[in-house]
Amino acid sequence: MSWSWVFKMAWRDSRSNRRKLFLYMAAIIVGVAAQVAITSFRVNLNSSINDQAKELLGADLEVERNAAFQPELQTYLDSVSSEQSKMLAFTSMALFPKTGTTRLSQISAMDGGFPYYGTIETEPINAVDTYLEEYGALVDKTILTQLELVPGDSIKIGFITYKISGAIIDVPGQSMANSFFGPRIFIPLDGVEDTGLLERGSRLEHKTYLKYPEGTDPNVIEERLDVMNDTMDFRFDDVAERREEVGEAISQLSSFLNLIGFIALLLGGIGIASSIFVYIRQKINTVAVLRCVGASSNQTMAIYLIQATAMGFVGAFIGALSGTLVQLYLPVLVQDFIPVDIELFISWGSVFTGLITGVAISIIFALFPLIAVRKISPLFTLRSAEINLSKLLSVTTRFILFGIVGTAITGYAWFMINDILAAVFFTLGFALCLLLLGGFAVLVMKASRKFMPSSWNYEWRQGLANLYRPNNQTTTLLLTFGLGVTLISSLYLTQDMLLGTINFDGEDDLPNLALFDIQYDQNEGVNSIIEEKGLVVMQNVPIVTMRLQSVKNIPLEEILVDTSRNARRWALTREYRSTYRDSLVETETIESGEFIASVTDLSNPVPISVSSDLMEDLDVVLGDSIVWDVQGIPISSYISSIRTVNWQTPQPNFFVVFPAGVLEPAPQFFATTVRTTSPEASLSVQQKIVQTYPNVSAIDVGQVINTIREFLDKITFVIQFIGLFSIITGLIVLAGSAATSRFQRIREAVLLRTLGAKQNQVIKIQVIEYVLLGVMASLIGLVLSVGASALLGYFYFDIEFIPNFTILGIEVVILVLLVVIIGLLNTRGVHSRPPLEILRAEGV
Amino acid sequence: MSNILQVNNLTREFKSGSKVLTVVNNINFGIEEGTSCAIVGPSGSGKTTLLGLCAGLDRPNSGEVILRGVNLNPLSEDERASVRNQHVGFVFQTFQLVPTLTAIENVMVPLELRGEATKKVRVRAKELLEEVGLGDRTHHYPTQLSGGEQQRVAIARAFINQPKILFADEPTGNLDTETGEYIEKLIFDLNEKQATTLVLVTHDLELADKCDRIIKIKNGYVDADILKTLPEVTS
Repeated sequence: MSWSWVFKMAWRDSRSNRRKLFLYMAAIIVGVAAQVAITSFRVNLNSSINDQAKELLGADLEVERNAAFQPELQTYLDSVSSEQSKMLAFTSMALFPKTGTTRLSQISAMDGGFPYYGTIETEPINAVDTYLEEYGALVDKTILTQLELVPGDSIKIGFITYKISGAIIDVPGQSMANSFFGPRIFIPLDGVEDTGLLERGSRLEHKTYLKYPEGTDPNVIEERLDVMNDTMDFRFDDVAERREEVGEAISQLSSFLNLIGFIALLLGGIGIASSIFVYIRQKINTVAVLRCVGASSNQTMAIYLIQATAMGFVGAFIGALSGTLVQLYLPVLVQDFIPVDIELFISWGSVFTGLITGVAISIIFALFPLIAVRKISPLFTLRSAEINLSKLLSVTTRFILFGIVGTAITGYAWFMINDILAAVFFTLGFALCLLLLGGFAVLVMKASRKFMPSSWNYEWRQGLANLYRPNNQTTTLLLTFGLGVTLISSLYLTQDMLLGTINFDGEDDLPNLALFDIQYDQNEGVNSIIEEKGLVVMQNVPIVTMRLQSVKNIPLEEILVDTSRNARRWALTREYRSTYRDSLVETETIESGEFIASVTDLSNPVPISVSSDLMEDLDVVLGDSIVWDVQGIPISSYISSIRTVNWQTPQPNFFVVFPAGVLEPAPQFFATTVRTTSPEASLSVQQKIVQTYPNVSAIDVGQVINTIREFLDKITFVIQFIGLFSIITGLIVLAGSAATSRFQRIREAVLLRTLGAKQNQVIKIQVIEYVLLGVMASLIGLVLSVGASALLGYFYFDIEFIPNFTILGIEVVILVLLVVIIGLLNTRGVHSRPPLEILRAEGV
Repeated sequence: MSNILQVNNLTREFKSGSKVLTVVNNINFGIEEGTSCAIVGPSGSGKTTLLGLCAGLDRPNSGEVILRGVNLNPLSEDERASVRNQHVGFVFQTFQLVPTLTAIENVMVPLELRGEATKKVRVRAKELLEEVGLGDRTHHYPTQLSGGEQQRVAIARAFINQPKILFADEPTGNLDTETGEYIEKLIFDLNEKQATTLVLVTHDLELADKCDRIIKIKNGYVDADILKTLPEVTS
């Protein structure tokens, strides 16, 4: 076989087609750009995490407990290092006297030393050094900006008013997302008890940070702490573990983004396949002539294989370059979620992978039409016939080709997400989606052929006929555009669905202000403030804190050291906040057993109701016995009922509910929910309560929803940015497919004009065709996305999905417009020039 | 003289739904090397199908085609392609130039396929284009040439590999009378010069009359086989 001729022929044959080929290449460019950008970014991120591993924790070791450290633990820590820094973290209301605003905040009371690695960035820069000495506070910059406060203003936490020394800009190991659920406030540990917040039911996190002396082996300490942890209730994290946790979370995020980016590349692949199909169809005669004059089937196939490979390589090369540029923008997108400063560098490994992937995708997807080239008979020189290329392939060949494509996709997805099962499901989902879209395309073509109303005017009939005529774009457009729409729309709808579940603000029967940590002696006072403000208390729930003493008559200590236990640690060691009442509330339903309203005889075990989620985590069944340690007093109980609890409502819900008649004498505090009439009324009642009872925390539901919306917006923007690559690829493939049929369209347009059609008639036919295609591609894409979102809602989020028709309607309009614009651009310049001139110009 | 092309009991059928259409029906003939033979007959008589079978572009249902002593039947598609490249030239009614190649590149294809040095091939192609009167149009694309010019390029391509046999399918069918006559002259002159065997499919009896032999086809059978130098032989 003369290879030099094959290469020469591939080069010569591509000369007049390069402009057309560029569009197909563009699809690969965008796909590879997305891939390279994301994988490079992942490499950058991992390298930054490794470099800044110590800054992630700010110390070599963090030990944490929700009570003061046991002397044994403290003694051990003292023996490890003298460089220790203590922190007390809790949630409390903060009042900004200048504006009168209150905000549930994350308070950290610190002493010197921390962080040992990295620095807390503040504004002014030296505030981090001075706030401890001047007994000031550091407050998140976002909240200061929001409330128009500056350093020098004050903030009141509990009974103490602090001067704001500076704004927190960055804390090592924390991302902006850490402040989404309440501003971060740093105050000195020294004198924190004067706030009056420590004794009054607040949940306190005691933390100690250690810096190891030179030569310390972290593994030895980890092993020792592991042993101590079997009997003592505390948590600890060292640098290696934190790096692993952060790395894992980020790797999951980037795997997800990678898959979305991969879809762009696959769309590009489908674009390549369909455009090469059309391209080869135009080359049938050339192939037949070459076969006639003696070219072998392999030679003719090689000509187009070389073209496809070259196209893939050039596309992948430009894509890799563009991806490296896009990578520069990605840190801006995700910086709020990433706890490290990202150092940017070119990841040659990612660039190389991108190149290989681009070329491989081009070749693998081009295999279908390329194999068909081998089957083109030289006889076509004598008898020109309309040939369906795909029918030239035998069933076995097709089966093998699909196998190759499926294996390649699964393999790549596996390489990306490192989970073979997920990769297989990804491929199956992708295949199913394509199958549905392809099936719909066939249906559309059959239906438009069958359903051709003779009463319609000429333009409508021609427009409709264009959907099934030879060289139509129906399948390509429905596949590529439909898939892009499915993807993007699923993202929108899922986001809307998630926001919908927390958007209780407008619902009259639900509370929109929740007050927590109300002490027994404050309850009356809080209730009367609410009533003074003309509002109604919806719920006033008593809460009793307790811990587990034994489960199924086995003491907790024994269960904890049992390595074969099924019960989860958190469920065994947590402090339970339980309530007592004689009836169920509307967020609860009994799943099994009997809810017992009250008891009078305290000599028998108390019948309690446990939420279904906790049953599994505690590894218990109906009737099992549990002994509670209620602040020093043991109370025996048995599980008399299992409740399903709807946790997604803003009122207090409980894992464990006691019957009336048992816990009344126990030390307790209260949670109260209120329905306020306006944001102002809510603010006013919060102010009054915080000023009178600083330890009481208030959750303003409206504010929480805004925060969550902001958070979701940021996350969905990142996903949509990557998803955008798919839409762009879809559009490019669409433009490519339109360009491929340009010559035929132009000939038709010219023929019609020669026969006397007016310019606007010709345009109208094309507009009708593209509107029909656009509407159908959008509709099928939207239907699939509604299906996907409903499935996600049902299986993953456990939410009933109700599609938002406004979003869907807007999407259809935008998408149809896009398709029509691309379609019309395709025949630009045809309508104003004389027919013969156009035919000559387009001839080669 | 020996037969360069021998056709024995050649039959070609096509299926159309449940019907079987026999387009070439048990045809036998031999063509001597260096002669010219016209296959004539009305539209649909099977003459183009017969030409396709003789040139190895198609496979018969039964019978055999022996080209230069080689039976084409057992050969694979690629082996047939190789035979065509070595010994066969083609001229088609619709010219069949590769639209993406210039005139000279179209002419060069058969020799380039053999792997011959480009420079030598280019010189030879240029000579042939000059011979057909297109020395100044070598770098034009097919769409920039008239029908007659395209057919002249096709003739140059057909002769570049110095074929032993040239198959021409209605070579003047798409041309006006004057251009047609010029093309006829070119084919016959080059044929004579290169001592090529010519097999010509046409329904133009005047053109057929210029050949040494005329085979008339009707409904897939040989209706008449006329040797110009000998008395008519009726099948």
